[in-house]
Parts: sequence; C-alpha cells; structure tokens
Amino acid sequence: MRVLVTGASGLLGGEVARQLVRDGHTVTTFQRRPAGVDGAADVCGSITDDGAVRRAVAGAGGVIHLAAKVSFAGRAADFDAVNVEGTRRLLRAAREAGVRDMVFVSSPSVANSGAAIAGLGAEPADPARAHGDYSRTKASAELLALAADSPDFRVAAVRPHIVWGPGDTQLVERVLDRARRGRLPLLDGGAALIDTTYVDNAASAIIAALHRMEHVHGRALVVSNGEPRPVGELLAGICAAGGVPAPSWSVPGRLARAAGSVVEKVWTRSGRADEPPMTRFLAEQLSTAHWFDQRETRQLLDWAPAVSLDEGLARLAGHYGSPGL
Amino acid sequence: MVAADWPGVDPAWSREISVASTSAADEPGTVRSWHLLDNGAQLSRRGLTPAGTLLCVHGNPTWSYLWRTLLAAGSDPAQPWRVVAVDQLDMGFSERTGTFRRLADRINDLGDLTAALGLEGPVVTVGHDWGGVISLGWALSHPLQLAGVVLTNTAVHQPAGSPIPPALRLALHPAVHRWGTTTSDAFLRVTHSLARPPLAADVRTAYMSPYRGAGRREGVGNFVADIPAEASHPSFPALSRVADGLHGLSVPALMLWGPRDPIFSDRYLKDLLDRLPAAQVHRFEGAGHLVAEDRDIAAPVFAWLAEHRLHSGPADVEAVSPGVPPADVPMTAPGVQAPPLWAPLTELAAGPDGGDTAVAEMGTDGSVARSLNWRELEHSIAALAAGLQDTGVRPGSRVSLMVPPGVDLTVVLYACLRLGAVVVVADAGLGTRGLSRAVKGATPDFLIGIDKALAAASVLGWPGRRISVQDLPAARRRLLAVETSLAALARRGQLRERTAAPPHAPHAPAPDAPAAVLFTSGSTGPAKGVLYTHAQLAAMRDTLAATLGILPGARLVAGFAPFALLGPALGAVSVTPAMDVTAPRTLTATALADAAAAIDATVVFASPAALRNVLATQGSLSRAGHEALGSVELVLSAGAPVPASLLAEVQRLLPRASLHTPYGMTEALPVTDISLEQIRAAGADAAAGTMPGAGNGVCVGRPVHRARVAIIPLADDGTAPGNDPVTEPGVTGEILVSAPHVKETYDRLWLTQRESVRSAGWHRTGDVGHVDADGRLWVEGRLAHVVTAPGTVVTPVGAEQAIERLDDVGLAAVVGVGPAGTQAVVAVVEAVPPVRRAGPAAPELAARVRDAAAEAGVSVSAVLSVPSQPTDIRHNAKIDRTRLSRWASAVLAGGRPGTP
Repeated sequence: MRVLVTGASGLLGGEVARQLVRDGHTVTTFQRRPAGVDGAADVCGSITDDGAVRRAVAGAGGVIHLAAKVSFAGRAADFDAVNVEGTRRLLRAAREAGVRDMVFVSSPSVANSGAAIAGLGAEPADPARAHGDYSRTKASAELLALAADSPDFRVAAVRPHIVWGPGDTQLVERVLDRARRGRLPLLDGGAALIDTTYVDNAASAIIAALHRMEHVHGRALVVSNGEPRPVGELLAGICAAGGVPAPSWSVPGRLARAAGSVVEKVWTRSGRADEPPMTRFLAEQLSTAHWFDQRETRQLLDWAPAVSLDEGLARLAGHYGSPGL
Repeated sequence: MVAADWPGVDPAWSREISVASTSAADEPGTVRSWHLLDNGAQLSRRGLTPAGTLLCVHGNPTWSYLWRTLLAAGSDPAQPWRVVAVDQLDMGFSERTGTFRRLADRINDLGDLTAALGLEGPVVTVGHDWGGVISLGWALSHPLQLAGVVLTNTAVHQPAGSPIPPALRLALHPAVHRWGTTTSDAFLRVTHSLARPPLAADVRTAYMSPYRGAGRREGVGNFVADIPAEASHPSFPALSRVADGLHGLSVPALMLWGPRDPIFSDRYLKDLLDRLPAAQVHRFEGAGHLVAEDRDIAAPVFAWLAEHRLHSGPADVEAVSPGVPPADVPMTAPGVQAPPLWAPLTELAAGPDGGDTAVAEMGTDGSVARSLNWRELEHSIAALAAGLQDTGVRPGSRVSLMVPPGVDLTVVLYACLRLGAVVVVADAGLGTRGLSRAVKGATPDFLIGIDKALAAASVLGWPGRRISVQDLPAARRRLLAVETSLAALARRGQLRERTAAPPHAPHAPAPDAPAAVLFTSGSTGPAKGVLYTHAQLAAMRDTLAATLGILPGARLVAGFAPFALLGPALGAVSVTPAMDVTAPRTLTATALADAAAAIDATVVFASPAALRNVLATQGSLSRAGHEALGSVELVLSAGAPVPASLLAEVQRLLPRASLHTPYGMTEALPVTDISLEQIRAAGADAAAGTMPGAGNGVCVGRPVHRARVAIIPLADDGTAPGNDPVTEPGVTGEILVSAPHVKETYDRLWLTQRESVRSAGWHRTGDVGHVDADGRLWVEGRLAHVVTAPGTVVTPVGAEQAIERLDDVGLAAVVGVGPAGTQAVVAVVEAVPPVRRAGPAAPELAARVRDAAAEAGVSVSAVLSVPSQPTDIRHNAKIDRTRLSRWASAVLAGGRPGTP
C-alpha cells in the first residue's frame, strides 16, 4: 500500500514511517523539513498550504496524520491553524484524492478535564473541557476526522498516551534536563499511577489501526503500554537511564497545579514562545492518575505492545550509554 | 397529581377507584375515592396471568410510592404478580375525608377496597410501619385469600414495661404533635431523612407531593394520634386483636428489616418473631426505617415468593429455578443422632473418677485460683440450670454470655445448653461497635455478664434481662438494672434441689434445636450471627476428637476460647491460663507453663498471637516451666494463618508436641487440619513443582473427619457464579465445605443464608483456593479480594507469600485498583524497619517487590509502603484488603497518602 505519513520528523512519526518501510509499504512523508527516513519519499511543505497537502496525498491509499503543533506555549490561533484547519485541509484533500483509509493520531488529553483517570476507555473528545490549546485543538480535529468517516473513506483516531523513547525531546529530554538542574520535584510524593507508551508500541498500534480499519473506523482508541506505574518510579527510571540522579523532593500537587496556572497566564500574556517551566497541564499530568482500559483496544487492533516498560527503559539507557536502574 | 413526576413509577399504574365505605367513621352509604398504584390492567393488556396479588400497605407519612420497586418487579413477564399498592384514606392521593379514622376503621377500609376491587386469592400482604399492622389486620380477616405476609419495619405490640421510642413520644407530645405532624411538614421531613443513603432529590419531592399544605396533612397527624401507646387508648383493643391473632397465622412470613430505625428497633422484630417463629428474616445491616428505599427489597420478596411457590396455577413449576434448594434443607444426613453434648461430663461425674479435677482457672500468682471436680461441675450445672429455669429461662430463650473463659463460663454455658436455651456468644474481639451491633441484632432475652459487660449493656442499651456473675452491692445492682446473679441463682437452684422433689429436670433438647449463636470476626463486612444446633455442636466436638485424638482423659490448656469450651464435652480436663482471653497477646510463657503444670497438660489451644507472645517471653521461663511444656503432646493453633516459621520456633519450646493448625471459619470449625511436618512436605511439593495443584497459596491440609471440600471455579470477572463443585487439582475457585458440623443458618440473614447454600448440600465459604493432587487444600484469599486484571484473575495470597519472603518486608497485601476486569495490581507492604509515613515505596524496594510477585506469576503496577497493615481486632492477623484497596485507589489517583 502507498501510505502518506504526515509529521514524520517527530519521534513517533519517524518511527511509524520506518516501520511501514520495513513492512514493505511505499511510504511518503510530509513535513516542513526532510524527515530523514530511509526508504521513504519526502514531500516538504506545510499542512497550512493547500497545494503542498494535495501534492502529498496524491496516489496514497492510506494516510497517517501526525503533523500537529505540540507545545505548551504559543498563540491560540497558531494551534487552530495547524491542528484544526490543517486536519480539515488534509481530510478534504485525501477524500478528493481517493484515499481509502486515514488514521488520525490524537491524544488522550482530548477527553481529559483534569480529573484522575483510572482504568477508563476512550471517552468522547471534548474541546470545551480539554485543558490548554494543544488538547483543545486536537479534540476539535479528532471530532472533524471522525465525522468524516464513511464507508468509502474510513477514518479512525488513535490516542497514544505519553509516548517516549530514545531521542524523545518532549518528555525524556525535559525530565533529564530538569533533574540535572535539580528542578524536578515529585508531586504528592510521586504516587499518581500513570501509563505511558514506548514509541515502538505506539507506532505499531497506529499501523495496526490502518490494517484493521473494518473494525476500528469511526472510533477513537487509547493506546498505551498497559503497564501503569507511580509517576515517581517512572521519573526515577528515566533519570537512571539518562545517568542523572532521580528527584527526591516532593511538593503538594495542589500547589504545583496552582503555580502552573499562574505561569501559564504569565507566559501567554507576555507572548513568550519558549516553553514555560511549569504549566497547569503538566502539573496535572504529573499529579493525577492516567491509566486506561486497554482490553478493547488490543482486541480491536489485534495488537499487543512488543516492548515492555522495563525493556524500553533498558533501550533508553543504551541510548544514553548509562547502566540504567 | 402528575404520575409522570414520580421517578420509578409507570404512570399506567396510577388509578383511582370509588369504594363504598362500611367503616364506623363514615355515615352509611358514604363512598370514598382511593388512589392506587396497580399493575393489574397492564399485565392483562400484555396477556400475562399473574401468579397472585401483592397487597402493599404504606405507613405514616409515606404513600404507595414506597412500593414502586415491587410494582416494577411484578410487571416482569418472567414472574408476573399483580401488585396493588394503596394510598390509605386521608393519605397519599386518596380522598381527604375530614374524619378521624382509627386502626379498626383503617383495617375495615382496606377490606372495603379489596371487596370493591374484587380481589381474589392468592394474596400476599406487604406492610411497612403502621401499614404493617393494617395489612396484618386485613390478613387475619381474609384467611381464604391469604397466602403469605411480608413485613418491613413495623410493630404490633408495645412490650409491657418498656417505654415507647423517644422519637414517637416526642411526636405524640401535645406541645409538638399538631405542629410537628400537620401544621408543618417536619414529621415528613424527619421521616424522609431516615433513608440510608439519603434519598435523591426527585424521590424526596415525590414523597412530599401528596402532602403539600397543612390541609393535606390531617391524616398524618391523625395517624400519629391513633398510636395506642397505652392500654387505655381507643385503638388498643384493635391492635391487641391483631397481635394476638398472629399466633394463629400459618402462612409463610418474610420480614425485611432495617435495624437503624429510631422507632421500630430490633426489639419489635423480636416481638414479631415470637409471634411468627417460622418467619424468614433478613436484617439489612446499615439500613434504616425506610428499608424499601435503602435496599433492594423486590429481589428478595420475589425470590421468597418463588421459593414458597406462593401462587397457584401452571406457573408453579417454572417460577422455581432448579438447583436452588430452599434455605432450610438440613445439611446433616437424616437419622444421624449424636448423644447430647454433655454426655461425657455426666458419665465422668457418675464414675469412679468423679473426684478428679474437671475445670480449673489459674491465678496471676501461678497457682490454681479455682477448680471443680467432675461431680462438683455436674452439680453446679444442674443447680444453675434449675435457678435459671426458675427465673424464666426457657427452651429457645436467647442468653447472651459475656463472661470470660473459665469455671463460671463453663458452668453457665452447659446450664443453658441443658435447658435448651440458645447461648449468644459475642466477644470483645468484634470491637465495641461491632459487639453492640451483634448483641442488639441477636436480641437476647437474658444478658449474663461480668461487671464491665453489664456497664456496657447499660450505657449502650443492649437488650435482655441482666444477670451478674457475682452478687453485686444493691446500689450497683440498681444502677446497672441487674435482676440477680449467677451466684444467687445457683443458691436458689440448690435449695430447690434439696427441698423439693426432684426438680422438673428439663428434657434434653432435640438434636435439631438451636443451641448457640456465634459471630464472624467482621473482617469482611459487619459481623454475622451464625446459628448452631445441638447436633452440630456435638458433631464439632466429635470431629475434634476424631481428627486430633482428643479423647476423655486428655488435659488441655484452653488459651483459645471457641474450642476450649468443648473441653467438658470431650471429657477432657481444661484449665484457663492467667491471661486476658479477649487479648491473646497477653499470654506469657510462664502463664502457659503454670497452667500446663497445674494439670500435667497434654494439649495446648492457643491463637497465633498468643504463641507469638509466648515465644517473646520464653526468656523468663523457669526450668520447671520448660519441663511442663516439654510434656505437652499436641498444640493446636487456630484463628488465623500460622506461618511455618512460627511453628518451628514453637516446636523448639515444646519439643515433644505435634503442632497442628486447623483451617476453618465461624461457620465451620474446623474444615481442614495440617501439622508442621505436613506444611513442610507441602512446601517441598510446591517447590519441586511436580505435583499438580501444589503451590500458590497457604496449604491448610486435608479435610477433617466427616468433612468434604470442593471448588466452584472462578469466572473471568472474579466471581464464582456456578453451582457445580469440582475437585480437580489446581482449579481455583470459591471453597465449599460440607460437614455435619457446618452451621445451621446465618441468624436473621435470610438472603445471606440462601446465598451461602446456593450449591445444594454445601456451605460457600467466601474463601478462594484450590486442591492439589494429594487432596490438600490451598487457600488463596477471600473471594471478595480477588483482583481482576486485564485477561487474568489474581488471587492475593500466592504473591503475598512471595513478597513476604523478602527480608525487609513484613506483612504484604495484594489489592486491585480501578474498574473490575482492568484493575491494576498494587502491593501494599510493611517495610522492615517500618516507614514513618505511608506512600509509594522507594523505587529500589518497589523493583524487588515487583520481581518477587512476578515469580508468583503476578505483575504488579505499584508498590506502596505502610507503617502497619490494617488488621481485624479479633485475630490481629486478617488484613482488611477491601479497605486497603480503597486507600490505594485514592493514593494512586494522585491524592495525599494519609494512612490506610
């Protein structure tokens, strides 16, 4: 199958493209800069550009859409332009180009109002209650994508939860950087039970969705390793893999969430484009439970994670050349 | 009146009917308008033939809305019953008559209504509150139609000499009555507030809807004013007619009760049970006055209807599901007749060794404080029995014994058993609250106790005529409302034995007569009363004798109450060591050795907690003490799991003894037995991994004499829904036991009992485990504590044992958090040395705990450390995993840890 992967310059997009190539598919990648995936054809351009998008989808049988503005900072309008309008544009172009199937890569945060999630499935996306511009716009985009699902043009949404792995700048590098500077506290002792997804598993689940369209189209599925751990242990594992001392001090989660709100507002008002040190979203992610019922996901996708949490941490340690935990 | 606004009510049920009144309150020829909820028309529209009619009568100040769940259940095509729930006149949405209707009128009104409805049999009446009396009044005057009666929190009689409940007294007070019941809606609001949990707002609104405005509430006030609180009240004769008439009622009766009722407390239930002794009763612990709101009463009512086949016609066969035996099927084989429990005692007293010591108790100075020989024991029992009989103890009387183990308890226990009285044995191990709940629920007629117990009875309002052990000073006797003492009763009995012709010796109770109510430890929900018959107690004794070889002539140190009481029945000499038996941890090595030396003991009964303290205090043991313990042949430790390591240490202290630890529960004492050698052999089999079923859990050995065990396999959802027991090795499921000494029934817990004997001929223990190829039972935990992780069902004990093998871990508990079927497995551990604050375990410890559990095949998500595990009061050993699971859920959701 000819498959278009958007956003292949990211950690997850790159891995998806690589696995598709490995499986023998004809892969096109579409992003602003070359993705550098061996064996895939690059189309460079912006998701906000009609012509570029049309060029990218030409001839594709399936589309995997990962391109998005992923950040804690930035103008709301930019998030809307890339995440909502970009998705709308891609959906239209794909349908017009006769694409048969599309996987929209989403996030569990589209249905998260900040409360703890313990063993739930994929709740409906809700832009009105999602926290932060990223989650809000991803929620809108997911609703658009699933609304476009039809027998001729099948669309499914896959929501990998906290993707990490070697080369990850979003979570791993940030954790290590802060821990190195002694600026990584545990919230409430780090007890919150959190599930994550090793990057290889997220990629294989997304590809499984493309192959299992008859079972999953029109639906959103949360994907994770299915190995929830207390967040303190996860951070300690990442730090050990990176050769950095684990966080040992704790602040109350309530305080961090309040501080995050303040910082978020200051950053937004001052129009700073760099990443703020703490946001309410991040504080919530680190101090409330997020783990999911994976039974239906695994059954529908006929998929199981190939890399366990401990194996993932070992690979991370290998990446950093450290002995690990 | 808008039926659509009543949540849970199908508007089609609401109807009005005009009824010619023949009641004395009305002029002849008066016609009254009634409102009913009635599913009859709906059933016939659907072509369903009802099995009969439930005639439901509300009390004050509710209305037919109370019975909506029965209407819904009766409309189920699988079990169609017509349900007619009436609004009494001046109540609900029925007519406001402007008359004052007394009890006799209301009973007559109901008859007028059913005549107008043309209601034919079979009819089962259902009543609540004062509607209970009215429904029974109707029942007594319609014997041809009547097929059964259901009662919920009601009363037919004010026991003589006891005041009416304070809440009613207040409502009846002239200064309060009119304002409280009619002018304001206070009485309604207070009644609605009795619901546990609280009523939903829309339900409360529905209850209030017929009573908006003082003009609509005359009936509420008149109802209260018609309560015959005294014999001079005009409605007293009508009430007495109903109360007395019940004795002649032979139809099946079901009582569903909410004990947390400030008005219709357990003593009214007891009064009703005295009148309808064959009734089936379920007390919903924690539920209150509005039991129909607090709990699902429809399911038990319809189960009861089906069980009693309370209908006629072709539906008969279908309505009773096969494989569900009636709850009262005896579990003992018919024709098996054991001699009375006390036969060996009587024989020994009459024999040549009658002068030998039978019972003794040790003083704190290490010498025998008190003892009786067999003849003295026999005489003491006979004298006290005569005295107790004199003061009114009858066969079937319930006598609560709050006397510590020792000579006094032995005498009074056997005296009661001989009289055919039912002893109620609630112990301090239940905790004050649990003990109080247990005693109130069992409603003893007599309470015999030491000073401390009588003081508690006085403060906490425990029922029963009070009898002290020793004579009390007059002032103290008055203060505690104590009638007499055991000492005085024994004197009275002796006197009668000497003066009168032979005392009218009681007939030996029938083998199937109730003998004792014991209580579960309450570590898995409120403590449950467990009723044993004489035959079952005798079977328990025989099982101990046959399994452990405790025969007449044995000499036992009784450091563990339940079995210790059987000493005289075994013909064994028993001595109580100097200890606080309610706190096993107070038994010292010296106290144990002194007791053993006093009778040259061959057998020691002691709980694991007691043994731990004996080991801890063995340093101060004298040489003579060591010798006394050295001649003990058998140690029996029960009540909680006894680790092999503890037994091994005990073995060093009592080198000649065979160490046994039976497994059982209050409902079946014991089920299996295992010795230290057998524990070691089982451990070796588990390690070798060659024997099917060996491993994963605590090996508790083989079934005891005449007991059988079997397994109901677990389903994927962690329950044991099946009814076909299996005995294949390695199949995990709920453990079932069958034996002549299994309990007769749960006390006043009809539903619980029904569930426990769902597999005919078996008692369901609520424990999970499996058997191995060698016939040994392995216990894996409690059914309620099974964790359902994705794709796998986890029983806790196997992983807990693996974790506890880590050097720096004390007690471990494995619990689940999150929704059933996709739970995350959490290990909660006591770190050694203990952590100061509960919370996530350090990553290094967590990793080792996780590895240990993985070896037992369990994948653990989170590891939490606690300073100490929450355990039960009685044994100080059973971890409350349900509570831990709640706590772990809160912590892992991202809350502040706190303590479990």
